[in-house]
Amino acid sequence: MEKRVVITGMGIWSCLGTSLDEVRQSLYDGRSGIILSQERKEAGFYSPLCANVPKPDLKPYLGRDVRKLIPEEAQYAYMATLQALAQGKLEQDYIDSHEIGVIYGNDSVAEATMTALDKFRQAGSTAACGSGAIFQSMNSTVTMNLATLFHLKGINLTASAACASGSQAVGLAYLLIKNGLQDCIICGGAQEANMYSVASFDGLMAFASREDDPTKASRPFDRDRNGLVPGGGAATLIVESWEHAVQRGATILAEVVGWGFSGNGDHISTPNVAGPARSLELCLKNSGVNLREIGYINAHATSTKVGDGREALAIAQIFGDYRVPVTSTKGQTGHEMWMAGASELIYSLLMMKGGFIAGNLNFENPDEDTAKINVVPETREAHFDMFLSNSFGFGGTNSTLIVRNI
Amino acid sequence: MTREEIIKEVKSVLTEEFEVSESAIQDDAVIYSTLGLDSLSLVDLVALIQYTFKVKIPANELPSIKTFKDLYDYIESHM
Repeated sequence: MEKRVVITGMGIWSCLGTSLDEVRQSLYDGRSGIILSQERKEAGFYSPLCANVPKPDLKPYLGRDVRKLIPEEAQYAYMATLQALAQGKLEQDYIDSHEIGVIYGNDSVAEATMTALDKFRQAGSTAACGSGAIFQSMNSTVTMNLATLFHLKGINLTASAACASGSQAVGLAYLLIKNGLQDCIICGGAQEANMYSVASFDGLMAFASREDDPTKASRPFDRDRNGLVPGGGAATLIVESWEHAVQRGATILAEVVGWGFSGNGDHISTPNVAGPARSLELCLKNSGVNLREIGYINAHATSTKVGDGREALAIAQIFGDYRVPVTSTKGQTGHEMWMAGASELIYSLLMMKGGFIAGNLNFENPDEDTAKINVVPETREAHFDMFLSNSFGFGGTNSTLIVRNI
Repeated sequence: MTREEIIKEVKSVLTEEFEVSESAIQDDAVIYSTLGLDSLSLVDLVALIQYTFKVKIPANELPSIKTFKDLYDYIESHM
């Protein structure tokens, strides 16, 4: 018999804040986390804009012998996971005596790899890399570290699916729990926020150029959008079966009612409409909900000309005459990439619990495609009990989740 | 570099890297337990000595370097 899958804890480390309360307020106030990076400007970036992600200090929590294994993205994931475990009332004693899994989205370890190999090449000796280097330099560094630090003995897996990584991680966790293969999984997405991780991405000239006013650069769905702004941090969700949550006395925040996914089978970076539409369609079918029950869509929309347009058309195709409110929180956060699928679930959950929809920052005018959907430009009070979240990535990977309020 | 300078530099880099107090670094103190080393962090010690003093410590010589005095002796004789 299939289990119901619920969310019992959340944790966030983002340019909008490093606590749920702070992030909720930032969303409501329409605060932008985007800045101009002098470092990137001097280094020769085409676009020196990025999200301002705070640097965590793990010294109060962990000794040197484990800290040296933890690269930037895993530091963010650690801080977000501490919060989620606290909210989810998942104590270390309980974790030690039960099988709790971890599935996290991550798709790069650029700076850690670069640092280790620079040391090797400069010294002409592999001993120069340091003992932490290999562990920091693998995509699975986040799950490696979280599993080690929190003694997680269940599924232990990193999902790499470009900008859909975080969403796919939650989807996989949902699938395992629904089918009774795991009771409880810590899932999420992490993204390094240093300039090396996006240097070659900047080289594609896909980033927004609005240096005179950085906060206006990320403008999903807006007619004058001209590229994305890279962001980062981490977001963690505790996902478990309904029975498991009740049994251990956890507070149930929401229920994951469906996961849909698809591949575009098309261009490596330019999305089409059919692929995303199928992801939406499959998610709705798997969840069994009527699409008119969806009160809000958190779009993937990254502020790129083509991507946002294609997603708008996909949403319009699936939702037809039902003008569901749509925003992309990337107007405020920039594109959190491997973290986005998970962080945007949290942003949407905070809105759902808070009874508001944060306005799509910098949406001033639609274009021909984005006019076909109902983009909410300003924050407004809004009661909704179900939302849908999209995440799409390079290589044509698409992931969609539907979450219901409890 | 004089022996005094070697000792001073060793104490400085080890306290920084391994987060131990300088008072713990005594001539006849055992390096492994004083610095709280395991097999991984032993690698970091070797890398640090190599980087700071340009002195390589091959794996087969490590067992003979037990105390900090052994380490000072080794560095002094290989610089």
